[in-house]
Amino acid sequence: MPHAFRKVLILGSAALKIGEAGEFDYSGSQAIKALKEERIETVLINPNIATNQTSEHLADIIYLLPIDPYFVEGVIRKERPDGIFLSFGGQTALNCGLELARRGCLEAHGVAVLGTSVGTIEATENRELFKQKLAEIGVQVPRSASAASRGEAQRLASQIGYPVMVRAGFALGGLGSGVCHDEGALIDQVDRALAHSSQVLIEESLTGWKEIEYEVVRDVHDNCVTVCNMENLDPLGIHTGESIVVAPSQTLTNAEYHHLRQIALRVIRHLGIVGECNIQFALDPGSDAYRVIEVNARLSRSSALASKATGYPLAFIAAKLALGHSLLDLRNQVTQTTTSCFEPALDYVVVKIPRWDLTKFRKASRHIGSSMKSVGEVMAIGRRFEEALQKALRMLETGVHGLIGNEQVEVGDVEEELRHPTDQRIFAIPAALAAGYTIERIHELTRINKWFLHKINNVLKVADRLRPYAGGPCPRAILLEAKEFGFSDGQVGHLLGMDEASATKMRCAYGLAPVVKQIDTLAAEYPAQTNYLYLTYNGTKSDLKGPLDRSVLVLGSGVYRIGSSVEFDWCCVTAARTLRALGYRPIMVNYNPETVSTDYDESDRLYFEELTLETLAEIYAKEQPLGVIVSMGGQTPNNLAVKLHQAGLRILGTAPSRIDQAENRRTFSALLDRLGINQPVWEELTSIADAKAFARRVGYPVLVRPSYVLSGQAMSVASNDHELTRFLSKAAAVSREYPVVLSKFIEDAKEIEFDAVARDGEILADAISEHVENAGVHSGDATLVFPPQRTYLETLRQVRAIGRKIAAALCITGPFNIQFIARDNCVRVIECNLRAARSFPFISKVCGVNFIDLAVRAILGEPAPKVESSPMELEHVGVKAPQFSFTRLQGADPVTGVEMSSTGEVGCLGHDFEEAFLKAMLSVGYRLPVRRILLSTGPLKNKIDFTANAKLLQEAGITLFATRGTAAFLAQHGVQAAAVPWPLEQGGPDVLELLAARQFDLVINIPKSHDEEELTNDYLIRRKAVDFNVPLITDLQVAKRFTEALVHKSLGDLLIGSVDEYVVSRTRLSEQPVSLRLTAS
Amino acid sequence: MNACLTLKDGAVFRGRPFGRKGSVAGEVVFNTGMVGYPECLTDPSYSGQILVLTFPLIGNYGVPADEPDRLNSFFESERIRVAGLVVMEECTEASHWQSSSTLADWLAFQKVPGLAGIDTRAVTQKLRTAGSMLGKLVYGDDTIPFRDPNHENLVARVSVREPVRYGTGKKRVVVVDCGCKNNIIRSLLRRGVAVTVVPWDWPLTDEACDGVVLSNGPGDPQTCGTTVRHVRALLAREVPVFGICLGSQILALAAGAATYKLKFGHRGQNQPCVLHGTQRCFITSQNHGYAVDEKSLPPDWLPWFFNANDGTNEGIQHRSKPFRGVQFHPEATPGPCDTEFLFDEFVDLLS
Ligand SMILES: Nc1ncnc2c1ncn2[C@@H]1O[C@H](COP(=O)(O)OP(=O)(O)O)[C@@H](O)[C@H]1O
Ligand SMILES: Nc1ncnc2c1ncn2[C@@H]1O[C@H](COP(=O)(O)OP(=O)(O)O)[C@@H](O)[C@H]1O
Ligand SMILES: [Mg+2]
Ligand SMILES: [Mg+2]
Repeated sequence: MPHAFRKVLILGSAALKIGEAGEFDYSGSQAIKALKEERIETVLINPNIATNQTSEHLADIIYLLPIDPYFVEGVIRKERPDGIFLSFGGQTALNCGLELARRGCLEAHGVAVLGTSVGTIEATENRELFKQKLAEIGVQVPRSASAASRGEAQRLASQIGYPVMVRAGFALGGLGSGVCHDEGALIDQVDRALAHSSQVLIEESLTGWKEIEYEVVRDVHDNCVTVCNMENLDPLGIHTGESIVVAPSQTLTNAEYHHLRQIALRVIRHLGIVGECNIQFALDPGSDAYRVIEVNARLSRSSALASKATGYPLAFIAAKLALGHSLLDLRNQVTQTTTSCFEPALDYVVVKIPRWDLTKFRKASRHIGSSMKSVGEVMAIGRRFEEALQKALRMLETGVHGLIGNEQVEVGDVEEELRHPTDQRIFAIPAALAAGYTIERIHELTRINKWFLHKINNVLKVADRLRPYAGGPCPRAILLEAKEFGFSDGQVGHLLGMDEASATKMRCAYGLAPVVKQIDTLAAEYPAQTNYLYLTYNGTKSDLKGPLDRSVLVLGSGVYRIGSSVEFDWCCVTAARTLRALGYRPIMVNYNPETVSTDYDESDRLYFEELTLETLAEIYAKEQPLGVIVSMGGQTPNNLAVKLHQAGLRILGTAPSRIDQAENRRTFSALLDRLGINQPVWEELTSIADAKAFARRVGYPVLVRPSYVLSGQAMSVASNDHELTRFLSKAAAVSREYPVVLSKFIEDAKEIEFDAVARDGEILADAISEHVENAGVHSGDATLVFPPQRTYLETLRQVRAIGRKIAAALCITGPFNIQFIARDNCVRVIECNLRAARSFPFISKVCGVNFIDLAVRAILGEPAPKVESSPMELEHVGVKAPQFSFTRLQGADPVTGVEMSSTGEVGCLGHDFEEAFLKAMLSVGYRLPVRRILLSTGPLKNKIDFTANAKLLQEAGITLFATRGTAAFLAQHGVQAAAVPWPLEQGGPDVLELLAARQFDLVINIPKSHDEEELTNDYLIRRKAVDFNVPLITDLQVAKRFTEALVHKSLGDLLIGSVDEYVVSRTRLSEQPVSLRLTAS
Repeated sequence: MNACLTLKDGAVFRGRPFGRKGSVAGEVVFNTGMVGYPECLTDPSYSGQILVLTFPLIGNYGVPADEPDRLNSFFESERIRVAGLVVMEECTEASHWQSSSTLADWLAFQKVPGLAGIDTRAVTQKLRTAGSMLGKLVYGDDTIPFRDPNHENLVARVSVREPVRYGTGKKRVVVVDCGCKNNIIRSLLRRGVAVTVVPWDWPLTDEACDGVVLSNGPGDPQTCGTTVRHVRALLAREVPVFGICLGSQILALAAGAATYKLKFGHRGQNQPCVLHGTQRCFITSQNHGYAVDEKSLPPDWLPWFFNANDGTNEGIQHRSKPFRGVQFHPEATPGPCDTEFLFDEFVDLLS
């Protein structure tokens, strides 16, 4: 036994946010698995209730609490762990751990930091210290100096000479970083950076150099290997998280590859890292000069990518090494016969592409640079770069066929796009080539290595060989070449002017099909029984031994994007576990490197592949499964149901025709009418005039949904003719083929979620939760309360009754979700999804009944008990709160609306609403205590509505500030609030200056209308608050609940209780076999 | 024009020819390294072999300019040594500041045939289970017989004819050239010793020197009887001896141990080797099909390193005398330089 640990505490990374996404669910989960294998008791702190790591079958004890020194210390006092893992929860866990160490808390309680020591972590996070450390062993770093103030930064910058790169310490995702060309830009950058970090680094700009990463592991015996290296297609200046990344490196010679590798080993040894880390290099494309950019002494996005790219379970191994194991003694998890002390040899190429959702944010800039904006990423595997690249582009789920042959991508000014890249840059390259730009020229503009540009050009060449055959079949050889270069049937069809089906028919007629290849970490040098698979047309022999019996295909959730993220990965992983428990063989299909579902030990076979009809049909043909489960991975697989069914794949669960009926607004609306269920009046309109007429008839405001073809054009709410016209004219053509859907927007209404599982139309279990916000805030951005606390029983009764009716009418078998709007007991249905919904992990974990487990049983016709007792009997409350990432989206207006804009969520428990609510709010970045609040409560209606709360705050002795209008109104109602001047207004420092000076603990700013467009002063206040890291509330209901809660409760009242301490009561209460424990086998 | 790889067991893999338009026969081996094709192709140990690279994209960074000096910094010998090359994709638009020609042009210029568009993973799986196999690259409808290079004295073909002297320095090391990689010589010169490279069959008994390095080389150590005899005589003297790869096998034979052909040869840059009696493991570059039979070591010899994957011997050393050999390549190129320190240790041994 290399270690003697009894109980280890693991810190998670809380809600998914830009820069810290699903990868930390993967790493935390693997760490817990490693600890369990050692029979060490595990305690997890992570408020992210949608994750797999907070599933009951993993950690022994789970705390849904903020990753914050106060709460973590509380848990330490209570649980008395003897060890703690800081490196599996991203920057959040790392920084929290550093703070605990500084306070001497860990020492005081005898908690050992496992793996890399705190001192070493400091040395990697403190960019100045880091520089010194590397100087000690003569390793090159960029010429730089660190500053703690604006003045210092200015002086250093002029010394180093513009352009300079600004980087913040103790940060990730490039927060606060950027290249500055002049002093003005520098000041702006540094001020914002210092609001988030105590330290900024001013350094020489190396923009345009190659950016290369190595993933390194080291054990206590000083064995040290690089598991994977990666090359960024986008050169230095674009964050690795914003870059297209390829593994292994493609343009490095043996000398370069091993020179950098050797430096990596020297650095990691000198720093004394134990476990896993990531090191980033800048490499001069014209000489052998290099610089070390940084070391991340923890699991990271890159390490998750490297794990999936190589099949080497970095997080699992890192955890074992932290416990003192030798790399030598750990088996290679893929071959099971060889050692983990080796460097995987790939016989394929991997391409990762980030997914952006920038169009979802009002006023957000679409430019990409040294700080992260992407919300997710995809990884594709192929035996040609072109093949992997085109696969990856399709995986983004943005509707593209690949690199070329796309209707929806239109690149504006090509040259501008190449010079100043946005999220569209990759498409600008083929556009430029088509427009006659030379590779040389594109290279000058983008600094992208010509090797990549030539590859992109190859794709165009292949397309040119296809085009002459437009209209008819093309010769077999040419089609085969297209497939080898990653063209999809749809793409080929598009180029030949035929539909996807005919293109597929042609391919099959030629007998062209992909082969299955294994990922075995050793490039076939040793036999390996691996179940980690991908498809390629660049091969003649399939590694597959033949199909499994009793297998079931589970479709994953694909790329994380706004609206679909880790919650669906939890559903898929849980589904696979249940299938195994029931004796089936789950086959997972997914391509998201940030997920647990793409860990090959979670399923019997893992296809790291596209979720498209073409790919799934091929897998289905090879695997001959009992059927396909489409209801777990969210909207991506759900949208495939009908297509797959028509292609002859057997869909398990609710019939595809029913799914279609619910998805289609017309048929669903008709169904509701037939069942006598209310819905907001809506109409599909084909002209602006008709739209106005409808709006006047039903009365403003109206909700406007442009048809989906107008990509990027979001939903919105119009309060008058003016807004409606402006919006519709922006939505380009409103016409027969591009109709617009208007619905009566119901104001001051409650929104209610109904999550349930049914079999043959009969409901087995249901859960109702209410939104804190009124309808009008997207359900994904809403604060959910379960069970409901402020909804009339009569309303709840109606909701359940309607749920039963719809389940029966659609003969639902499996999970489903209905959204309701309720006002004075008039209940209306706004939509219904015949699949698992975002809230499933939340309600499952809060009430202790695993809805997914139940659903899978129903879907496969296995015994599934009915859960009679209603969640009303819960003795605790769960609150789910959204996490926004506005800080990272320069200029974006941080308001909520009918379009979802949050990037993640947390879910916390309490014995009453306020306890759970405060815990959740603290988990997403709000802070206690609150002593000084800035109020700006918007329209009169809201001002009146908030008065009582303002009084409450005043009585609690909280100092109130307010913009003039609000201050005046409050004064009339006996509330004293210091009026602060607007910008450019006389009378002392204006509101923006006060914000920048961090004079407020909280800002409450309620927007005037649903759809603020112009750059109002309110916008400036909201944005300033975000940029200077001041907590901001923009919803009236949330403001009211939060202010009440913080008056009624203090930190001390927030119980440090584990999930079991709350939920156990529930599981006893109902004699349910289907508790979360059931599938923990 | 099309071409194919034909294996002794009858398997045929069709692809596109590049490089020299012609056919060749030899022993088919694979290498799993992801970088370093210029180094690989010029490694004399590959003489007579058709090399299959498992990494699919080859030629990405082109081929650096050749330099007249034998020790020019990129190649492991003055020309391409493999009989033929098999890849998934050969890159036609190389991109690197040091590149002076494409892989195809280089092969063509040196009259070596290449074959692209091959499922190299499938070929590797065959070779893995069959052990290495005879095969041929057939261009068009040529007909050529199979040919087993292991029955020929490959070493004699790749070795220097006359002694060659390099560098100056108080200490002099004799390198017995059985197919020596340039970087072995470079590694010695870098440490300030003078080097004399002698032919494989050079009598060593009365060669005045401070140490002897037995180089790597192609084929079966059993075919190097002469060298073995000379080394056996050499061991009578106390001169430090350092064997590398084939050199280590020759040292073992000279010491009276036996060698055998491995089922799965070690061919890659990721071979983990453990220093006996420690927990220290080094990632090494390897390319060999034969190994020393540890059990056959005489009592005054000890195993030094072993392979962490299959436990086979990776190095031997004498209990009391300065005689050592390693199965892997401390000189790397291609591959990791984790074990370069062995040259320091050797140079320190020089009296
Ligand atoms: N000196 C520099 N010049 C130009 N770009 C740089 C420089 N240093 C870093 N970058 C870019 O900024 C990005 C973020 O820097 P990094 O230190 O990795 O921040 P983080 O720790 O948040 O990942 C890098 O990925 C790189 O592309
Ligand atoms: N008629 C309506 N009145 C008020 N709010 C509505 C109405 N319809 C939808 N909403 C709001 O818009 C949000 C998004 O609408 P929804 O149809 O659910 O879009 P999505 O399909 O993106 O979930 C809902 O969560 C709700 O808050
Ligand atoms: Mg970092
Ligand atoms: Mg970084």
